Amino acid sequence: MKRRTLIAGAAALGFHARAQDSHAQAQAGRARVVFWHAMNSALNDEVNRICAAFNAAQKDVEVVPVFKGTYPETLTAAIAAWRAGQAPHLVQMYEVGTGSMLAAGPAVKQTWQLIGESGVAIDPAAYIGAVRGYYSLPDGRLASMPFNSSTSVMWLNADALERAGLDPAKPPATWPEVIAAAQAIRAKFAAPTACTTAWFPWIQMEQFAAMHDLPFATKANGFEGLDTALLVNAPPFVKQLDRILSMAKEGTFRYTGRDNSPDPVFYSGEAAISFNSSGGRADIVKNAKFRWLEAPLPYDPELTQAPINSIIGGASLWTMTAPGRTPAEYKGVAQFLSFIAQPARDAEWHQNTGYVPVTLAGYEESKRQGYYDKNPGADVPIKQLTRGTVTPNSRGFRLGRMPELRNIVYEEVERALQGQQGAQAALDNVVNRGNRVLREFERANRA
Amino acid sequence: MERRTIFPGRLLPVLLAAPQIVLTAVFFLWPAGQAMWFSAARQDAFGLRTEFVGFENFSDLLADPLYRESAGRTALFCAAIAALSMGVALLLAVFADRDIRGRAAYRTLLIWPYAIAPAVAAVLWILVLHPQVGLLGRWLNRHGIAWDYRLRDAQAMSVVVLASAWKQVSYDFIFFLAGLQAIPRTVTEAARMDGARGWRRFRTITLPLLAPTVLFLLVVNLVYAAFDTFGTVQALTGGGPGKATETLVVKVYRDGVVNLDLGSSSAQSVLLMAAVIALTALQFRVLGRRRAD
Repeated sequence: MKRRTLIAGAAALGFHARAQDSHAQAQAGRARVVFWHAMNSALNDEVNRICAAFNAAQKDVEVVPVFKGTYPETLTAAIAAWRAGQAPHLVQMYEVGTGSMLAAGPAVKQTWQLIGESGVAIDPAAYIGAVRGYYSLPDGRLASMPFNSSTSVMWLNADALERAGLDPAKPPATWPEVIAAAQAIRAKFAAPTACTTAWFPWIQMEQFAAMHDLPFATKANGFEGLDTALLVNAPPFVKQLDRILSMAKEGTFRYTGRDNSPDPVFYSGEAAISFNSSGGRADIVKNAKFRWLEAPLPYDPELTQAPINSIIGGASLWTMTAPGRTPAEYKGVAQFLSFIAQPARDAEWHQNTGYVPVTLAGYEESKRQGYYDKNPGADVPIKQLTRGTVTPNSRGFRLGRMPELRNIVYEEVERALQGQQGAQAALDNVVNRGNRVLREFERANRA
Repeated sequence: MERRTIFPGRLLPVLLAAPQIVLTAVFFLWPAGQAMWFSAARQDAFGLRTEFVGFENFSDLLADPLYRESAGRTALFCAAIAALSMGVALLLAVFADRDIRGRAAYRTLLIWPYAIAPAVAAVLWILVLHPQVGLLGRWLNRHGIAWDYRLRDAQAMSVVVLASAWKQVSYDFIFFLAGLQAIPRTVTEAARMDGARGWRRFRTITLPLLAPTVLFLLVVNLVYAAFDTFGTVQALTGGGPGKATETLVVKVYRDGVVNLDLGSSSAQSVLLMAAVIALTALQFRVLGRRRAD
């Protein structure tokens, strides 16, 4: 069934690309760069705007943005297209697809290669460390181009905190403080749900590991080899899951679904404390009919007093290859990438979308424009991302089939929340099942 | 006496059949052949490294307790959907078959859900059943019933069964209604004269005469439940909580499209294909017998 879709998709792409080719000839002289992305609605408009600005700013290259669906759909489409020799020049790939793209060998042209061949200068040092690290090889060369990045934060309903007798000016900073706040909220019936979380594997496991400088997997979280194994059944993780299970049991935490499905639970005022992506800011501004604030993720004071940087979510841009692609086209890709990394562009993207600026200069530019004075709290994610020094544990993840690893975390945590197993058993299962997935990926991708 | 029209020449029939043959070859034979080849190989997502592994993907699958659990779950899921949708459809058909005012309007309304796309149907059910947003979901929670299908296995299963069965009721209804109308009035009238009451008349006269329809619909419903419910399940629960609603098609999608494990996903597709072929063969036999009646 899937195969049928892939083939049909590839065939459709073939026709599409041919139509585009003839269109390209009509516009004599300009190299065409096809850019597949997964940004919908307002973000789609923003991508179109950037591409239009680039096309208007110079005459040699024309970038054509194409919306391809969700992140996993874009990944599948890009793979099918490459197999059919019709890959786009540039594709937006979510951060957990990074491991798969790095194993793609000749299908991609990594950013450092692109820079070397095209002669267009792109300085990796311009990027925020936690952003750069996720998309770099172990030796620091950029594999893909940072694009839309977010991190996760704690969103709080200030009205509910006040009803519970808490001071919104001093949001909880540690897990014991979060638990105490949630208990106060429940005791005073300040909100139907005291505390909830979106993206459980990303926020409560991956971010937790990075901030507390704990290894998530061996071989530097997979950066140093495919023969990596998960380490998430270690005591600090068990304690973290156990803490959430106890909160669920005493009614101060409620599980409200996978991925972003808990979003409306915060907007609607149902939940007082919500762990979610920093990229939700625009939606919260639009939907929340109460006072709210954005705070850093809480840490466990028994593990550290000084949490380091959190990791990013979001996506990066990969350059893909196809038969008959010319150096002029690759150069066009590089020019586009260097264009969007300009401080003014980066700051504009950050302020219009709610993603963090990916360059330090973009952050400085936003500061200079007074963006954070007008939008208090909007710099919380950036401060959290740039806190401390990036270590091998906080650089990010280089694990194959990471979407499946996250699914496994969801499944085992959901079973634990139903009381079918304890925290230790759940995480043991995650490790056992996850390692099977990692071994399968290793066998399929051995050179 | 059977009447036949025979066209001269070969070109015209070949020409007329060609589009269908080409479509079948391009959209079925070729991909199915590829799936069979992939199921015997281990390959990375981009197809850079391919290794022939024979039946290893199949033996891995059959040895995997998660796959066996998923197969068992799918059987339960299919049985529940077939029972629910056929039961409700039969009940509705029996009532719609009576002489009541506005019969045509009821019948049309009952057929509507069939026209709704699976994902849209799922959204409708979310709006009804979501524990925080849904009308019924909120009502249940206010009245002390801990309703949360995203975190309770049994509730999640009943939600996907309900949503999937609801969509199939229309189809079953049409066939049951046609079946009921094909039962000669004289037979039921005669039973009535002999003093057989409603339920007895239904059990001893209507149901046996409806048996071919029941058998046909059973096969169709099983095929529907096993293969056409992907959209509904994916949009409602995505296979969760845990693996509580992960049926075999959901697993094929997850392993193939999300996980990019083409070998295992193709092996699962091939096993499913064998199951469809078996069910279709059964369906043809049932249909054939029905025509012979």
